[in-house]
Amino acid sequence: MNIPADLRYCASHEWIRLEGDIATVGISDHAQAELTDVVFVELPSIGRKVDAGDPTAVVESVKAASDIYAPIGGEVIEANDAVEADPSLVNTDPYGKGWIFKLRVKDPADAASLMDASAYQSHIA
Amino acid sequence: MSDLHHSPLESAHLSLSARMVPFAGWYMPVQYSSIIDEHRAVREKVGIFDISHMGQVFISGPGALDQLNRLLTNDLARLGVGEGQYTIMLNENGGVIDDLIAYRSAADEYFLVINASKIEEDVAWLASHLTDGATMRNESETWAGMAIQGPQAAQVFAHVFPAENLPPRNGIATLANGSIVCRTGYTGEDGFEFFCPAADGIAFWENFIAAGAAPCGLGARDTLRLEMGFPLNGNDLAPDRTPIEAGLGFFCDLQKSAFTGRDILAQQKTDGPQLKLTAIRCTEKSPPPRAHYPVLDIDGRTIGELSSGALSPSLSIGIGMAYLPAAYSKLGTRLLIQVRERTFPAEVVKKPFYRPTPTA
Repeated sequence: MNIPADLRYCASHEWIRLEGDIATVGISDHAQAELTDVVFVELPSIGRKVDAGDPTAVVESVKAASDIYAPIGGEVIEANDAVEADPSLVNTDPYGKGWIFKLRVKDPADAASLMDASAYQSHIA
Repeated sequence: MSDLHHSPLESAHLSLSARMVPFAGWYMPVQYSSIIDEHRAVREKVGIFDISHMGQVFISGPGALDQLNRLLTNDLARLGVGEGQYTIMLNENGGVIDDLIAYRSAADEYFLVINASKIEEDVAWLASHLTDGATMRNESETWAGMAIQGPQAAQVFAHVFPAENLPPRNGIATLANGSIVCRTGYTGEDGFEFFCPAADGIAFWENFIAAGAAPCGLGARDTLRLEMGFPLNGNDLAPDRTPIEAGLGFFCDLQKSAFTGRDILAQQKTDGPQLKLTAIRCTEKSPPPRAHYPVLDIDGRTIGELSSGALSPSLSIGIGMAYLPAAYSKLGTRLLIQVRERTFPAEVVKKPFYRPTPTA
Protein backbone atom coordinates (compact mmCIF):
# COMPACT_ATOMS: atom_id res chain seq x y z
CA MET A 1 0.00 0.00 0.00
CA ASN A 2 1.44 3.33 -1.08
CA ILE A 3 1.61 5.94 1.75
CA PRO A 4 3.76 8.88 0.65
CA ALA A 5 5.92 10.26 3.46
CA ASP A 6 5.40 13.93 2.52
CA LEU A 7 1.61 13.90 3.14
CA ARG A 8 -0.60 14.06 6.25
CA TYR A 9 -3.56 11.73 6.77
CA CYS A 10 -6.95 11.60 8.51
CA ALA A 11 -8.48 8.62 10.28
CA SER A 12 -11.23 8.82 7.63
CA HIS A 13 -8.56 8.19 4.93
CA GLU A 14 -8.18 11.63 3.34
CA TRP A 15 -4.68 12.91 2.64
CA ILE A 16 -3.52 16.52 2.42
CA ARG A 17 -0.49 18.07 0.79
CA LEU A 18 0.22 21.45 2.39
CA GLU A 19 2.09 24.04 0.32
CA GLY A 20 2.10 27.40 2.16
CA ASP A 21 -1.54 27.95 3.08
CA ILE A 22 -2.89 25.80 0.21
CA ALA A 23 -3.91 22.22 1.02
CA THR A 24 -4.61 19.70 -1.74
CA VAL A 25 -6.97 16.92 -0.58
CA GLY A 26 -7.61 13.43 -1.88
CA ILE A 27 -8.19 9.90 -0.58
CA SER A 28 -5.48 7.40 0.24
CA ASP A 29 -4.41 4.42 -1.83
CA HIS A 30 -5.86 2.25 0.95
CA ALA A 31 -9.22 4.05 0.70
CA GLN A 32 -9.44 3.73 -3.08
CA ALA A 33 -8.57 0.03 -2.82
CA GLU A 34 -11.31 -0.47 -0.22
CA LEU A 35 -13.90 1.45 -2.26
CA THR A 36 -12.82 -0.26 -5.51
CA ASP A 37 -14.24 1.16 -8.78
CA VAL A 38 -14.98 4.82 -8.20
CA VAL A 39 -17.81 5.69 -10.59
CA PHE A 40 -18.78 9.20 -9.45
CA VAL A 41 -17.19 12.12 -7.62
CA GLU A 42 -19.30 15.01 -6.35
CA LEU A 43 -17.12 18.09 -6.01
CA PRO A 44 -17.61 21.02 -3.62
CA SER A 45 -18.45 24.46 -4.99
CA ILE A 46 -15.66 27.01 -5.15
CA GLY A 47 -15.75 29.52 -2.30
CA ARG A 48 -17.40 27.17 0.15
CA LYS A 49 -16.04 27.57 3.69
CA VAL A 50 -15.53 24.35 5.61
CA ASP A 51 -14.41 23.36 9.08
CA ALA A 52 -12.25 20.34 9.77
CA GLY A 53 -14.49 17.27 9.66
CA ASP A 54 -17.18 18.80 7.40
CA PRO A 55 -18.41 16.49 4.60
CA THR A 56 -17.05 18.33 1.57
CA ALA A 57 -17.14 15.92 -1.38
CA VAL A 58 -18.65 12.52 -2.13
CA VAL A 59 -16.91 9.58 -3.74
CA GLU A 60 -19.17 6.80 -5.00
CA SER A 61 -18.35 3.24 -5.92
CA VAL A 62 -20.81 0.81 -7.50
CA LYS A 63 -21.99 -0.30 -4.05
CA ALA A 64 -21.74 2.76 -1.82
CA ALA A 65 -21.48 6.54 -1.46
CA SER A 66 -18.73 7.81 0.89
CA ASP A 67 -18.39 11.32 2.27
CA ILE A 68 -14.99 12.96 1.96
CA TYR A 69 -14.33 15.19 4.96
CA ALA A 70 -12.27 18.36 5.05
CA PRO A 71 -9.07 17.41 6.95
CA ILE A 72 -8.57 21.02 7.99
CA GLY A 73 -10.65 24.21 8.04
CA GLY A 74 -10.53 26.67 5.14
CA GLU A 75 -12.12 27.78 1.87
CA VAL A 76 -12.49 25.67 -1.24
CA ILE A 77 -10.46 27.41 -3.97
CA GLU A 78 -10.34 24.69 -6.60
CA ALA A 79 -12.02 21.36 -7.41
CA ASN A 80 -10.60 18.74 -9.74
CA ASP A 81 -12.86 18.66 -12.80
CA ALA A 82 -10.74 15.82 -14.19
CA VAL A 83 -12.02 13.37 -11.55
CA GLU A 84 -15.57 14.48 -12.22
CA ALA A 85 -15.05 13.61 -15.90
CA ASP A 86 -13.05 10.43 -15.16
CA PRO A 87 -13.71 9.16 -11.62
CA SER A 88 -11.36 6.20 -12.16
CA LEU A 89 -8.42 8.62 -11.68
CA VAL A 90 -9.14 8.29 -7.95
CA ASN A 91 -8.31 4.59 -8.30
CA THR A 92 -5.40 4.81 -10.69
CA ASP A 93 -3.58 7.87 -9.28
CA PRO A 94 -4.99 8.69 -5.82
CA TYR A 95 -2.10 10.99 -4.81
CA GLY A 96 -1.67 12.63 -8.22
CA LYS A 97 -4.29 13.18 -10.93
CA GLY A 98 -6.92 11.80 -8.55
CA TRP A 99 -6.82 14.75 -6.10
CA ILE A 100 -10.29 16.06 -5.27
CA PHE A 101 -10.19 19.67 -4.02
CA LYS A 102 -7.89 22.41 -2.74
CA LEU A 103 -8.40 24.55 0.33
CA ARG A 104 -6.92 27.86 1.40
CA VAL A 105 -6.46 26.85 5.01
CA LYS A 106 -7.25 29.11 7.96
CA ASP A 107 -4.27 28.00 9.98
CA PRO A 108 -1.59 25.78 8.42
CA ALA A 109 -0.46 24.83 11.94
CA ASP A 110 -3.69 22.77 12.28
CA ALA A 111 -2.14 20.20 9.95
CA ALA A 112 0.20 19.17 12.77
CA SER A 113 -2.71 17.36 14.44
CA LEU A 114 -3.10 15.03 11.42
CA MET A 115 -1.31 11.69 11.15
CA ASP A 116 2.04 11.37 9.45
CA ALA A 117 2.70 8.44 7.12
CA SER A 118 3.89 6.05 9.83
CA ALA A 119 0.92 6.83 12.09
CA TYR A 120 -1.44 6.28 9.16
CA GLN A 121 0.34 3.04 8.32
CA SER A 122 -0.42 1.80 11.86
CA HIS A 123 -3.98 3.14 11.60
CA ILE A 124 -4.79 0.94 8.60
CA ALA A 125 -2.74 -2.07 9.72
CA MET B 1 -20.01 -14.16 11.54
CA SER B 2 -20.94 -17.35 13.40
CA ASP B 3 -24.65 -16.69 12.90
CA LEU B 4 -24.20 -16.59 9.12
CA HIS B 5 -24.49 -19.54 6.78
CA HIS B 6 -21.28 -20.42 4.99
CA SER B 7 -21.07 -21.41 1.35
CA PRO B 8 -19.35 -24.74 0.61
CA LEU B 9 -17.24 -22.68 -1.83
CA GLU B 10 -16.03 -20.21 0.80
CA SER B 11 -12.41 -21.37 0.91
CA ALA B 12 -12.20 -20.95 -2.88
CA HIS B 13 -13.44 -17.35 -2.55
CA LEU B 14 -10.94 -16.60 0.19
CA SER B 15 -8.07 -17.99 -1.87
CA LEU B 16 -9.16 -15.66 -4.70
CA SER B 17 -9.05 -12.72 -2.21
CA ALA B 18 -12.76 -12.07 -2.63
CA ARG B 19 -14.34 -9.30 -0.61
CA MET B 20 -16.85 -11.15 1.56
CA VAL B 21 -20.06 -9.61 2.95
CA PRO B 22 -23.14 -10.79 4.82
CA PHE B 23 -26.01 -11.17 2.34
CA ALA B 24 -29.44 -12.64 3.09
CA GLY B 25 -28.00 -14.48 6.09
CA TRP B 26 -25.01 -15.83 4.17
CA TYR B 27 -21.35 -14.84 4.07
CA MET B 28 -20.82 -14.35 0.35
CA PRO B 29 -18.39 -12.75 -2.14
CA VAL B 30 -19.51 -9.31 -3.30
CA GLN B 31 -16.56 -8.94 -5.67
CA TYR B 32 -13.17 -10.39 -6.52
CA SER B 33 -11.40 -7.66 -8.49
CA SER B 34 -13.85 -5.06 -9.74
CA ILE B 35 -17.64 -5.13 -10.05
CA ILE B 36 -17.40 -3.35 -13.40
CA ASP B 37 -14.83 -5.80 -14.80
CA GLU B 38 -16.89 -8.75 -13.55
CA HIS B 39 -20.06 -7.27 -15.07
CA ARG B 40 -18.27 -6.87 -18.42
CA ALA B 41 -16.86 -10.40 -18.26
CA VAL B 42 -20.44 -11.73 -18.17
CA ARG B 43 -21.71 -9.43 -20.93
CA GLU B 44 -18.73 -10.09 -23.23
CA LYS B 45 -17.34 -13.53 -22.31
CA VAL B 46 -18.37 -15.68 -19.37
CA GLY B 47 -18.46 -15.41 -15.58
CA ILE B 48 -19.22 -17.75 -12.68
CA PHE B 49 -21.20 -16.89 -9.54
CA ASP B 50 -21.54 -18.83 -6.31
CA ILE B 51 -25.29 -19.30 -5.84
CA SER B 52 -25.02 -21.81 -3.00
CA HIS B 53 -27.00 -19.38 -0.86
CA MET B 54 -30.09 -19.99 -2.96
CA GLY B 55 -32.48 -22.66 -1.74
CA GLN B 56 -33.11 -25.96 -3.50
CA VAL B 57 -36.31 -27.81 -2.70
CA PHE B 58 -37.80 -30.92 -4.31
CA ILE B 59 -41.54 -31.60 -4.20
CA SER B 60 -42.46 -35.08 -5.35
CA GLY B 61 -45.32 -37.52 -5.41
CA PRO B 62 -48.60 -38.08 -7.27
CA GLY B 63 -50.12 -34.94 -5.71
CA ALA B 64 -47.12 -32.68 -6.36
CA LEU B 65 -48.46 -31.06 -9.54
CA ASP B 66 -51.93 -30.18 -8.29
CA GLN B 67 -50.84 -29.08 -4.85
CA LEU B 68 -47.93 -26.93 -6.06
CA ASN B 69 -50.05 -25.46 -8.81
CA ARG B 70 -52.40 -24.08 -6.13
CA LEU B 71 -49.44 -22.23 -4.53
CA LEU B 72 -47.76 -20.78 -7.64
CA THR B 73 -48.92 -18.21 -10.19
CA ASN B 74 -47.67 -19.80 -13.41
CA ASP B 75 -49.24 -23.00 -14.78
CA LEU B 76 -47.04 -25.94 -13.80
CA ALA B 77 -49.20 -28.24 -15.93
CA ARG B 78 -47.58 -26.73 -19.01
CA LEU B 79 -44.17 -28.15 -18.09
CA GLY B 80 -42.98 -31.31 -19.79
CA VAL B 81 -40.34 -33.36 -18.02
CA GLY B 82 -37.06 -31.41 -18.25
CA GLU B 83 -38.71 -27.99 -18.56
CA GLY B 84 -38.77 -25.03 -16.17
CA GLN B 85 -40.66 -21.77 -15.68
CA TYR B 86 -40.37 -18.56 -13.69
CA THR B 87 -43.21 -18.36 -11.17
CA ILE B 88 -44.30 -16.59 -8.00
CA MET B 89 -45.58 -17.78 -4.62
CA LEU B 90 -48.20 -15.46 -3.12
CA ASN B 91 -49.73 -14.86 0.27
CA GLU B 92 -53.50 -14.71 0.80
CA ASN B 93 -53.51 -11.01 -0.16
CA GLY B 94 -51.82 -11.62 -3.50
CA GLY B 95 -48.54 -10.21 -2.15
CA VAL B 96 -45.24 -11.82 -3.06
CA ILE B 97 -43.72 -14.37 -0.70
CA ASP B 98 -41.05 -15.33 -3.20
CA ASP B 99 -40.24 -15.52 -6.87
CA LEU B 100 -38.59 -18.71 -8.04
CA ILE B 101 -37.95 -21.07 -10.90
CA ALA B 102 -39.85 -24.35 -10.86
CA TYR B 103 -38.48 -27.19 -12.99
CA ARG B 104 -40.18 -30.49 -13.70
CA SER B 105 -37.21 -32.72 -12.92
CA ALA B 106 -39.13 -35.99 -13.33
CA ALA B 107 -42.70 -37.03 -14.14
CA ASP B 108 -43.87 -36.58 -10.51
CA GLU B 109 -41.07 -34.36 -9.22
CA TYR B 110 -40.56 -30.60 -9.20
CA PHE B 111 -37.31 -28.81 -8.35
CA LEU B 112 -37.70 -25.29 -6.93
CA VAL B 113 -34.84 -22.80 -6.74
CA ILE B 114 -35.78 -20.13 -4.20
CA ASN B 115 -34.23 -16.97 -2.76
CA ALA B 116 -31.68 -17.28 0.06
CA SER B 117 -33.47 -14.78 2.28
CA LYS B 118 -36.76 -16.68 1.94
CA ILE B 119 -35.75 -20.32 2.42
CA GLU B 120 -37.23 -20.68 5.90
CA GLU B 121 -40.40 -18.79 5.03
CA ASP B 122 -40.92 -20.64 1.73
CA VAL B 123 -40.31 -24.04 3.28
CA ALA B 124 -42.68 -23.28 6.16
CA TRP B 125 -45.34 -22.04 3.72
CA LEU B 126 -44.97 -25.12 1.52
CA ALA B 127 -45.00 -27.46 4.53
CA SER B 128 -48.19 -25.91 5.87
CA HIS B 129 -49.98 -26.23 2.50
CA LEU B 130 -48.79 -29.59 1.15
CA THR B 131 -50.79 -32.62 2.18
CA ASP B 132 -50.86 -36.34 1.39
CA GLY B 133 -49.44 -37.20 -1.99
CA ALA B 134 -46.72 -34.51 -2.04
CA THR B 135 -43.42 -34.81 -0.18
CA MET B 136 -40.93 -31.99 0.30
CA ARG B 137 -37.16 -32.48 0.45
CA ASN B 138 -35.11 -29.39 1.31
CA GLU B 139 -31.54 -29.67 -0.09
CA SER B 140 -30.64 -26.02 0.58
CA GLU B 141 -28.00 -26.81 3.20
CA THR B 142 -26.46 -29.83 1.50
CA TRP B 143 -25.92 -28.56 -2.03
CA ALA B 144 -23.53 -26.19 -3.72
CA GLY B 145 -24.80 -24.04 -6.57
CA MET B 146 -23.07 -21.96 -9.20
CA ALA B 147 -24.26 -19.93 -12.18
CA ILE B 148 -22.12 -19.82 -15.32
CA GLN B 149 -23.32 -16.88 -17.40
CA GLY B 150 -22.26 -15.13 -20.59
CA PRO B 151 -22.05 -15.64 -24.35
CA GLN B 152 -19.29 -18.25 -23.89
CA ALA B 153 -21.11 -20.24 -21.18
CA ALA B 154 -21.90 -23.13 -23.54
CA GLN B 155 -18.20 -23.48 -24.42
CA VAL B 156 -17.34 -23.68 -20.72
CA PHE B 157 -19.92 -26.42 -20.25
CA ALA B 158 -18.62 -28.36 -23.27
CA HIS B 159 -15.07 -28.09 -21.95
CA VAL B 160 -15.94 -29.42 -18.49
CA PHE B 161 -18.50 -31.99 -19.65
CA PRO B 162 -17.44 -33.06 -23.17
CA ALA B 163 -19.80 -36.06 -23.14
CA GLU B 164 -22.90 -34.16 -21.97
CA ASN B 165 -25.40 -31.77 -23.54
CA LEU B 166 -26.82 -28.58 -22.10
CA PRO B 167 -30.60 -28.63 -21.82
CA PRO B 168 -32.50 -26.12 -24.00
CA ARG B 169 -33.40 -22.66 -22.64
CA ASN B 170 -35.25 -22.92 -19.28
CA GLY B 171 -34.64 -26.67 -19.26
CA ILE B 172 -33.20 -28.96 -16.60
CA ALA B 173 -31.09 -32.10 -16.94
CA THR B 174 -29.36 -34.52 -14.60
CA LEU B 175 -25.81 -35.33 -15.63
CA ALA B 176 -24.22 -38.78 -15.48
CA ASN B 177 -22.42 -37.76 -12.26
CA GLY B 178 -25.78 -36.94 -10.60
CA SER B 179 -25.39 -33.16 -10.63
CA ILE B 180 -28.17 -30.94 -11.99
CA VAL B 181 -27.81 -28.39 -14.75
CA CYS B 182 -30.48 -25.79 -15.60
CA ARG B 183 -30.35 -23.51 -18.65
CA THR B 184 -31.39 -20.44 -16.66
CA GLY B 185 -29.84 -17.44 -14.98
CA TYR B 186 -30.25 -13.94 -13.63
CA THR B 187 -28.14 -11.91 -16.06
CA GLY B 188 -30.02 -11.93 -19.38
CA GLU B 189 -27.12 -13.75 -21.03
CA ASP B 190 -27.04 -17.36 -22.16
CA GLY B 191 -25.83 -19.59 -19.38
CA PHE B 192 -26.61 -22.34 -16.94
CA GLU B 193 -26.98 -23.00 -13.25
CA PHE B 194 -25.26 -26.02 -11.79
CA PHE B 195 -26.10 -27.83 -8.55
CA CYS B 196 -24.11 -30.61 -6.89
CA PRO B 197 -23.43 -32.05 -3.43
CA ALA B 198 -21.61 -29.49 -1.27
CA ALA B 199 -18.46 -31.60 -0.97
CA ASP B 200 -18.00 -31.65 -4.76
CA GLY B 201 -18.58 -27.91 -5.19
CA ILE B 202 -15.03 -26.60 -5.10
CA ALA B 203 -13.75 -29.11 -7.66
CA PHE B 204 -16.46 -28.08 -10.17
CA TRP B 205 -15.98 -24.38 -9.36
CA GLU B 206 -12.28 -24.73 -10.18
CA ASN B 207 -13.00 -26.70 -13.34
CA PHE B 208 -15.36 -24.01 -14.63
CA ILE B 209 -12.79 -21.32 -13.90
CA ALA B 210 -10.07 -23.34 -15.62
CA ALA B 211 -12.42 -23.56 -18.64
CA GLY B 212 -12.53 -19.76 -18.85
CA ALA B 213 -15.23 -18.51 -16.46
CA ALA B 214 -14.23 -15.38 -14.51
CA PRO B 215 -15.26 -15.43 -10.83
CA CYS B 216 -17.98 -12.81 -10.26
CA GLY B 217 -19.57 -11.61 -7.04
CA LEU B 218 -22.96 -10.44 -5.87
CA GLY B 219 -22.14 -6.85 -6.89
CA ALA B 220 -22.02 -7.72 -10.58
CA ARG B 221 -24.96 -10.10 -10.16
CA ASP B 222 -27.01 -7.14 -8.97
CA THR B 223 -26.03 -4.74 -11.79
CA LEU B 224 -26.53 -7.47 -14.41
CA ARG B 225 -30.03 -8.36 -13.22
CA LEU B 226 -31.04 -4.72 -12.87
CA GLU B 227 -29.99 -3.95 -16.46
CA MET B 228 -32.48 -6.65 -17.48
CA GLY B 229 -35.19 -5.23 -15.21
CA PHE B 230 -35.30 -8.53 -13.29
CA PRO B 231 -36.78 -7.95 -9.82
CA LEU B 232 -34.93 -8.76 -6.60
CA ASN B 233 -37.20 -10.03 -3.85
CA GLY B 234 -36.88 -7.79 -0.80
CA ASN B 235 -36.11 -4.78 -3.01
CA ASP B 236 -38.54 -4.87 -5.92
CA LEU B 237 -40.93 -7.52 -4.62
CA ALA B 238 -42.60 -7.48 -1.22
CA PRO B 239 -45.45 -9.11 0.72
CA ASP B 240 -47.58 -5.98 0.21
CA ARG B 241 -46.97 -5.78 -3.55
CA THR B 242 -48.60 -8.07 -6.10
CA PRO B 243 -47.02 -9.44 -9.28
CA ILE B 244 -49.54 -7.35 -11.27
CA GLU B 245 -48.11 -4.21 -9.65
CA ALA B 246 -44.61 -5.58 -10.26
CA GLY B 247 -45.30 -5.99 -13.99
CA LEU B 248 -45.08 -9.78 -13.79
CA GLY B 249 -48.59 -10.51 -15.08
CA PHE B 250 -47.08 -12.61 -17.87
CA PHE B 251 -46.08 -15.17 -15.23
CA CYS B 252 -49.54 -15.31 -13.62
CA ASP B 253 -51.96 -17.66 -15.34
CA LEU B 254 -55.39 -16.44 -14.28
CA GLN B 255 -57.08 -19.05 -16.50
CA LYS B 256 -55.68 -22.08 -14.69
CA SER B 257 -57.34 -23.63 -11.63
CA ALA B 258 -57.46 -21.51 -8.49
CA PHE B 259 -54.25 -20.54 -6.69
CA THR B 260 -53.56 -18.54 -3.54
CA GLY B 261 -53.97 -14.83 -4.28
CA ARG B 262 -55.60 -15.38 -7.68
CA ASP B 263 -58.80 -13.39 -7.12
CA ILE B 264 -56.93 -10.29 -5.99
CA LEU B 265 -54.71 -10.44 -9.08
CA ALA B 266 -57.75 -10.85 -11.34
CA GLN B 267 -59.43 -7.84 -9.74
CA GLN B 268 -56.28 -5.73 -10.10
CA LYS B 269 -55.90 -6.77 -13.70
CA THR B 270 -59.49 -5.70 -14.42
CA ASP B 271 -59.26 -2.40 -12.53
CA GLY B 272 -55.67 -1.66 -13.47
CA PRO B 273 -53.13 -1.51 -10.63
CA GLN B 274 -52.81 1.79 -8.78
CA LEU B 275 -49.06 1.36 -8.46
CA LYS B 276 -46.71 -0.02 -11.09
CA LEU B 277 -43.08 -1.05 -10.80
CA THR B 278 -41.62 1.40 -13.30
CA ALA B 279 -38.28 1.35 -15.11
CA ILE B 280 -36.53 4.71 -14.89
CA ARG B 281 -33.45 5.80 -16.79
CA CYS B 282 -31.49 8.99 -16.14
CA THR B 283 -31.27 11.34 -19.10
CA GLU B 284 -28.09 13.05 -17.89
CA LYS B 285 -24.99 12.12 -15.96
CA SER B 286 -25.82 11.61 -12.27
CA PRO B 287 -24.47 9.93 -9.17
CA PRO B 288 -25.41 6.25 -9.04
CA PRO B 289 -29.14 6.00 -8.25
CA ARG B 290 -29.67 3.73 -5.23
CA ALA B 291 -32.56 2.02 -3.46
CA HIS B 292 -34.71 4.39 -1.35
CA TYR B 293 -33.73 7.56 -3.24
CA PRO B 294 -36.90 9.65 -3.73
CA VAL B 295 -38.53 9.82 -7.17
CA LEU B 296 -40.22 13.15 -7.96
CA ASP B 297 -42.52 14.31 -10.69
CA ILE B 298 -41.32 17.09 -12.97
CA ASP B 299 -42.81 19.67 -10.58
CA GLY B 300 -40.76 18.35 -7.70
CA ARG B 301 -43.47 16.42 -5.83
CA THR B 302 -42.29 13.13 -4.32
CA ILE B 303 -44.25 10.27 -5.92
CA GLY B 304 -42.26 7.25 -4.78
CA GLU B 305 -38.80 5.89 -4.09
CA LEU B 306 -36.40 3.64 -5.94
CA SER B 307 -36.65 -0.03 -5.02
CA SER B 308 -33.36 -0.70 -6.87
CA GLY B 309 -30.85 1.50 -8.62
CA ALA B 310 -27.38 1.53 -10.10
CA LEU B 311 -25.09 3.21 -12.54
CA SER B 312 -25.47 0.75 -15.42
CA PRO B 313 -21.99 -0.55 -16.32
CA SER B 314 -23.17 -1.42 -19.84
CA LEU B 315 -24.96 1.88 -20.53
CA SER B 316 -22.87 4.23 -18.34
CA ILE B 317 -26.05 5.95 -17.12
CA GLY B 318 -28.18 5.76 -14.00
CA ILE B 319 -31.03 3.23 -13.99
CA GLY B 320 -33.56 2.18 -11.39
CA MET B 321 -37.02 0.87 -10.64
CA ALA B 322 -39.73 2.34 -8.43
CA TYR B 323 -43.37 1.67 -7.57
CA LEU B 324 -45.12 4.77 -8.93
CA PRO B 325 -48.77 5.75 -9.30
CA ALA B 326 -49.91 4.30 -12.62
CA ALA B 327 -50.31 7.77 -14.16
CA TYR B 328 -46.54 8.21 -13.97
CA SER B 329 -45.62 4.84 -15.43
CA LYS B 330 -46.22 5.73 -19.11
CA LEU B 331 -43.17 5.45 -21.35
CA GLY B 332 -41.41 8.77 -21.77
CA THR B 333 -42.81 10.37 -18.60
CA ARG B 334 -40.27 12.88 -17.31
CA LEU B 335 -39.24 12.40 -13.68
CA LEU B 336 -36.56 13.49 -11.25
CA ILE B 337 -34.42 11.33 -8.99
CA GLN B 338 -33.24 12.97 -5.79
CA VAL B 339 -29.67 12.25 -4.73
CA ARG B 340 -28.84 13.93 -1.44
CA GLU B 341 -30.01 17.57 -1.88
CA ARG B 342 -29.95 17.63 -5.71
CA THR B 343 -32.30 16.23 -8.33
CA PHE B 344 -31.38 14.67 -11.67
CA PRO B 345 -33.64 14.29 -14.72
CA ALA B 346 -34.85 10.85 -15.73
CA GLU B 347 -37.58 9.27 -17.81
CA VAL B 348 -39.74 6.18 -17.83
CA VAL B 349 -38.39 3.58 -20.24
CA LYS B 350 -39.28 0.07 -21.38
CA LYS B 351 -37.62 -2.95 -19.78
CA PRO B 352 -35.05 -4.31 -20.28
CA PHE B 353 -32.72 -1.34 -19.89
CA TYR B 354 -30.09 -3.30 -21.80
CA ARG B 355 -30.61 -5.95 -24.44
CA PRO B 356 -27.84 -8.56 -24.62
CA THR B 357 -26.46 -9.53 -28.00
CA PRO B 358 -27.99 -12.88 -28.96
CA THR B 359 -25.55 -15.76 -28.75
CA ALA B 360 -25.00 -17.38 -32.14
